[in-house]
Amino acid sequence: MLLIPCPYCGARDEHEFRFGGEAHIARPENPDKLSDEEWADYLFHKTNPKGVHFERWVHEAGCGRWFNLARHTVSHEIYASYKVGARKPEVPE
Amino acid sequence: MVCRDHAIRYGRREFAPLKGGHGKPPRRYRGATGPVSRYSIFSLARNALDYHRGWQKVWRSPDPKPEYDVVIVGAGGHGLATAYYLAKEHGITNVAVVEKGWLGGGNTGRNTTIVRANYLQDASTGVYGHALKLWETLSQELNYNVMFSPRGLLHMAHTEHDLKEIARRHVANRLLGIDLEFLNPRQVKTFCPIVNISPNARYPVLGASLQRNAGVARHDAVAWGYARGADARGVDIVQNCEVTGFRIEGGRMQGVDTSRGTIKAKKVAVVTAGHSSVLAAMAGLRLPIESHPLQALVSEPLKPIMNTVLMSNTVHVYVSQSDKGELVIGASADLFYSYAQRGSIMVIEEQMESLVDMFPIFSRLRMMRKWGGIVDICPDASPIIAKMPIEGLYFNCGWGTGGFKAIPGSGHVFAHTIANDAPHPLNAAFTLERFSSGNLIDENLAAAVAH
Ligand SMILES: Cc1cc2nc3c(=O)[nH]c(=O)nc-3n(C[C@H](O)[C@H](O)[C@H](O)COP(=O)(O)OP(=O)(O)OC[C@H]3O[C@@H](n4cnc5c(N)ncnc54)[C@H](O)[C@@H]3O)c2cc1C
Ligand SMILES: [Zn+2]
Repeated sequence: MLLIPCPYCGARDEHEFRFGGEAHIARPENPDKLSDEEWADYLFHKTNPKGVHFERWVHEAGCGRWFNLARHTVSHEIYASYKVGARKPEVPE
Repeated sequence: MVCRDHAIRYGRREFAPLKGGHGKPPRRYRGATGPVSRYSIFSLARNALDYHRGWQKVWRSPDPKPEYDVVIVGAGGHGLATAYYLAKEHGITNVAVVEKGWLGGGNTGRNTTIVRANYLQDASTGVYGHALKLWETLSQELNYNVMFSPRGLLHMAHTEHDLKEIARRHVANRLLGIDLEFLNPRQVKTFCPIVNISPNARYPVLGASLQRNAGVARHDAVAWGYARGADARGVDIVQNCEVTGFRIEGGRMQGVDTSRGTIKAKKVAVVTAGHSSVLAAMAGLRLPIESHPLQALVSEPLKPIMNTVLMSNTVHVYVSQSDKGELVIGASADLFYSYAQRGSIMVIEEQMESLVDMFPIFSRLRMMRKWGGIVDICPDASPIIAKMPIEGLYFNCGWGTGGFKAIPGSGHVFAHTIANDAPHPLNAAFTLERFSSGNLIDENLAAAVAH
């Protein structure tokens, strides 16, 4: 069970949140120029690391806002919680 | 509860029968402790006279050789079945299965063992139907009791939408020769008397789809049976041997680096379920796969009470009763990514609420154990069973929450793919390239409850 620090509301129970997948995936700048393989990579392929993952969450049953977490996918430890648009924080390897 | 009239039919489709008889290990091979003996009532009696001191090891534990024709990464059900069919159907026996932990310790030994074939798309019906056909004779084929029990599977409808979805899937399945029946609430009650069909339920039962030849099997036995059969044909199963990298030269596979040294092989087949993205990254590839925890739990043992497998997408739970008497209960995967084989308690709480809603009789039952696996989910909820862009590299993954049922069929077609360096007709659609071409095989509806 995760205790998730919302950057707006503070630490709350996982029940209040919804997971939104990998963060920092930028929309293609020139969609018309993309090959099918590049589209597949943008739409479907995932980094899915065993280690630190940068990911989106929404505080659905709270403030309703989206934000990002840096979380370890083995220990589930949360290293950072930060607002959408902020840079990737430094985290231990 | 087997109803032979409803045995799976393939309609107009023709599949090549498996070669050979009932999996008798070849005589010439001698295991580490002597020739491999068949299990039978006679061997049981013979060993009883000796106070059961004469049983042999079921497989050897060899050190890896420096080179093999094929290295299979991952000794789960799919990897072991692949090794078995490579040896048996294609005569390729210079094969190693390398496993970082113990054989069958991944999802194969953690799953809730539901076997069914009522998926929606043609490609899925092909491969899951092929598997179901093999399940029916698997114990004889392997000379190992996998305890396949086709006790029927009820897929519940609680809303108008569920009814429509079931009707659509019935028609799709019938066209491909998979028989399903529709039961109204009264018939559901007759088939499985402990279901609550009261119209006052939170989500009243409006009907159910019944696949009579679906059921459950013994998960460990499937891994052990295939391991024994592969080992008897000369395949080396190497446990405690983690693959840490690939040797790739000029776009061709040359071998694998492992915790027990480098092993050369021109063909490497990766069957690592939740760890598929990790292995892909070692080869510089990205997959459309997410790794999630999937949990299950069992109750204290009861006398026989649940005669079938029951699943509900809307109320979101599924349950069957094991031969030990425990109720085996599961539902959805945790939403976040994880490699921890551990999920959140809220997921368990939700599925227990659903269970009690459907079966008020279970409300005071105590639960004994819960556990988790790491499931590899594709966006279209269908697997990838294919050659990779690197020559000599093959992946079989993306089975997600429902690959146990597919083990015999998947191993069979994957062995064909490796032996011929070209897919079997039944797995030709399950490529990685489908995500670029747009030919997805969407099973999100039929696979919605994790199982
Ligand atoms: C709780 C739960 C319930 C389920 N219920 C059902 C069900 O009812 N019906 C159904 O059909 N399916 C079900 N499934 C899904 C099913 O269990 C899987 O799809 C199936 O078992 C996958 O088999 P596999 O052989 O591909 O993977 P696994 O059995 O997971 O085997 C993969 C192996 O690869 C090994 N490995 C990983 N990385 C490396 C490495 N670097 N080097 C060497 N080895 C490595 C792992 O240790 C593991 O043993 C369930 C899964 C879970 C977790
Ligand atoms: Zn908030």
